[in-house]
Formats: sequence, structure tokens, C-alpha cells
Amino acid sequence: MSKVKTKKHSTFIDMTAMSDVTVLLLTFFMLTANFIPKEPVQLITPGSISEAKIPDSNILTVLVDTTGHVYLTMDRRDNKLAVLREMGKAYGITFTKAQEASFLMQPIIGVPMSTMPDFLNKRLEDQDKILKKYSIPADSTNNQFKQWVQYAAATNKELSIAIKADQATPYPKINGVLMSLQAIKQYRYHLITKLDAAK
Amino acid sequence: MAEVNTGGGGEAKKGKPKKQTLRVDFTPMVDMNMLLITFFMFATSLAKPQAMEIAMPVKDDVKKEEKSKVKDDKAITILLGKSNKIFYYFGKPTDVMVDNSKLKLASYGGMDDHNSLRFMLAGRNKIAMEKIARLKDQKDRKKIKEDFYKNEVKKIKNDKDGQVVIIKPTSDCTYANLIDALDELAICCIGTYAIDDPSKGDLWLIKNNETGGKLAKESDLSALSAKK
Repeated sequence: MSKVKTKKHSTFIDMTAMSDVTVLLLTFFMLTANFIPKEPVQLITPGSISEAKIPDSNILTVLVDTTGHVYLTMDRRDNKLAVLREMGKAYGITFTKAQEASFLMQPIIGVPMSTMPDFLNKRLEDQDKILKKYSIPADSTNNQFKQWVQYAAATNKELSIAIKADQATPYPKINGVLMSLQAIKQYRYHLITKLDAAK
Repeated sequence: MAEVNTGGGGEAKKGKPKKQTLRVDFTPMVDMNMLLITFFMFATSLAKPQAMEIAMPVKDDVKKEEKSKVKDDKAITILLGKSNKIFYYFGKPTDVMVDNSKLKLASYGGMDDHNSLRFMLAGRNKIAMEKIARLKDQKDRKKIKEDFYKNEVKKIKNDKDGQVVIIKPTSDCTYANLIDALDELAICCIGTYAIDDPSKGDLWLIKNNETGGKLAKESDLSALSAKK
């Protein structure tokens, strides 16, 4: 009679297949990624029942915070550069190659033209800090915001304007932005909201 | 991490080359990948933000025309006041000036609040809302096509004899108030609306209401209505 031998099982699990799957997933996420642009101010958008989405591309987003500071983001890089050059022409500023590259790296447009060259000479991390202090001038005497949008609309005919404002923004600030846009014959906007189906 | 197993084990014979199997442990690799995936999932905007489309009137010329077209009995003027208050009146402001009680106060509440803006608008726009609800029901049961439904809804909303709403946000209200008011219009299927600045008369109305009709008593109304 022989004794019953218990086989020694190894607990080694082959992770190769698992690794394959994760790499595939990772590739998918990397390729489909379009990053959320970092915003200099945190905006809580108001809730709405509207389920419509904003268009995929050619968007100019206007950010308005509670104090009425205005910032711009554009999704098309080539347009952005063209618009910067136009603005430079209007204000008699020529930007160096390094400054233009810095402008493309920085997703937010948010300083007055007078401080723009100085701002672009700074490092990206410092730029983010400075952005919090400044905004695009949008009052009646010095309406650079209007000019930015005007040049952006001129360079890209399919441009659509999205307005992202904080829910606590006083109405006169919003009205100012809308008035500026109306003055340059832009009448259609997408007001960015978050879905609130409970309403 | 790479493990070299000497095969067999036990009594290794001398002189014979050892059998070697090479196994690499992939667990840390999987861990790292999972971390990266998580990062990409959070950092990317897979879900696009919702947006509400809005068209402002072309300035000057068109506005005047439209204003004169609006029938008085179909017009509702909504004034968005401070601290989430809504005032509204029907028809001409001059009637309200004489009679303070015609300026009504509403809230942003839902359908069960009988004092809410939605309750009022739904009451005024009952026929259109019912029509659209019927159409939607038919669409859900696949009796009519999506395109047909959209067209019909558009027709009902843009009906010339339908309700016309003028939203006038005062300088004391917030952006959220405006969006809420626009939402109420969307819920109540009102397609014809305009956003306008409040006139001097409108601001006067609010003040008059807040003081309980005191302003109306003090001032000479015949002159004021003439100005309007």
C-alpha cells in the first residue's frame, strides 16, 4: 500500500494576460483623452434640465467668475496663434517665437494685452498664479474681451461661443459679457450648465 | 521578480545540466497599469458638459417690430428680483402701475407649489403643453417618427398666438436665477421669449410693490403712464 501523495500546487498566477488587457485599456484612454483644461477659478455651473451637449470642436469658452473676471479658452491651437498675432498687431506688440510657444502651452487667455509679453516670459507654473490676479478687461472704456472674440470669430467662421459662468455671478456681470458679444454681432451662445433632472 | 525555477527539485543529479524555466511576475506591471488607467479616466473629459442654447435678439430694428406684434393679453413680463424673488405681470405695465395688486410675486418652486412660476406658466400654456405631451406619448410608442415629432413641437412652440414671455433680470439677480427662469420656460413649452433689460417703469413697479403701493400714492400717476 502506498501513501496518498498530495501534490504541491504552486500559487503562482500568470498575470501576463491581465497585463495585456490593462495595456489595451490604457492605450484606449490615452488615445481618446482630451484633457479638461485647468481653470484659474473654480466655477459651479447652475443646474438645468437641458440635455443638449456643446459641439465637439471649434469652441471658444468664456469663463466668468463671481467677481466678473473674464477668461477665455480656445480649443484650436492654430486659431489661437492667429488670434494672438492679430491682437499683437492691434496693440503694437510683436511676440517672439518663445512667447508664442508659451502662449500655446497656456490654455487660458486671461491677462490684459499690456502685461501679455511679460506674462508669457514667465514659467508656466508662475503664469497660473498670476492668472488669478488678472483678467481680460471687459469694461466699456477698454474692452479687450470684445476684440479677442472678434478676432477669434474672424479667423474661424465655424466658431461657437460657450459661456461658463458661476451660478452666483450677479446678472450685470453676465449682461456686460452678453452686451459685448452682441456688439460684435454674435447672437448665439451655449450656456454651460450641469444636468439637474430633478427639476 | 523574475523567478528561475530549478525543475524537479529533490535529488539533482550531478553532471546533468539543470532544467530552467523562466517566469516573470507581471503583478506589479498590472498594478502600475491600473494606476495609469485610473489617472486617465479622471483626467479626461469623457462626458461633455451640458449646455443650453440661447439666441439673443439682433439689436435695434427687429426688436421694435416684435414688440409691437405681441398681443397684450398673451404677454407675460417676468422680473427677476433680488434674493430669488420673481415678480410678474400680464399685459401692459401701465395697468399695473395703477393697481399694485396686479404685480404678482412667484417662487422658483416646482409644480406642487401653487405660488411658483412654473405653476403659473403651466396654467397659462396648458393647451400647448397638453399637445406636446400627447405628441411625446405617441413618439414613445413609436407611432410617429422622431423628425415629425420635433417639427410638430417646433410648430407649437413658435405659434404666433401662443404665450410670449419677456424676462427682465434686474441688476440684483444672479446668473442662476436667469438659467432657472429659462428652464421654467422650457418645462412649460414656451418657445417665444426674449431677454431684455428692465425699463425704469419696471424697477419702479418693484419698488412700489415692496413699499406696498406707497410710491403710487405719492406720485402723480397720470404723468407716469403718459411717460411710459
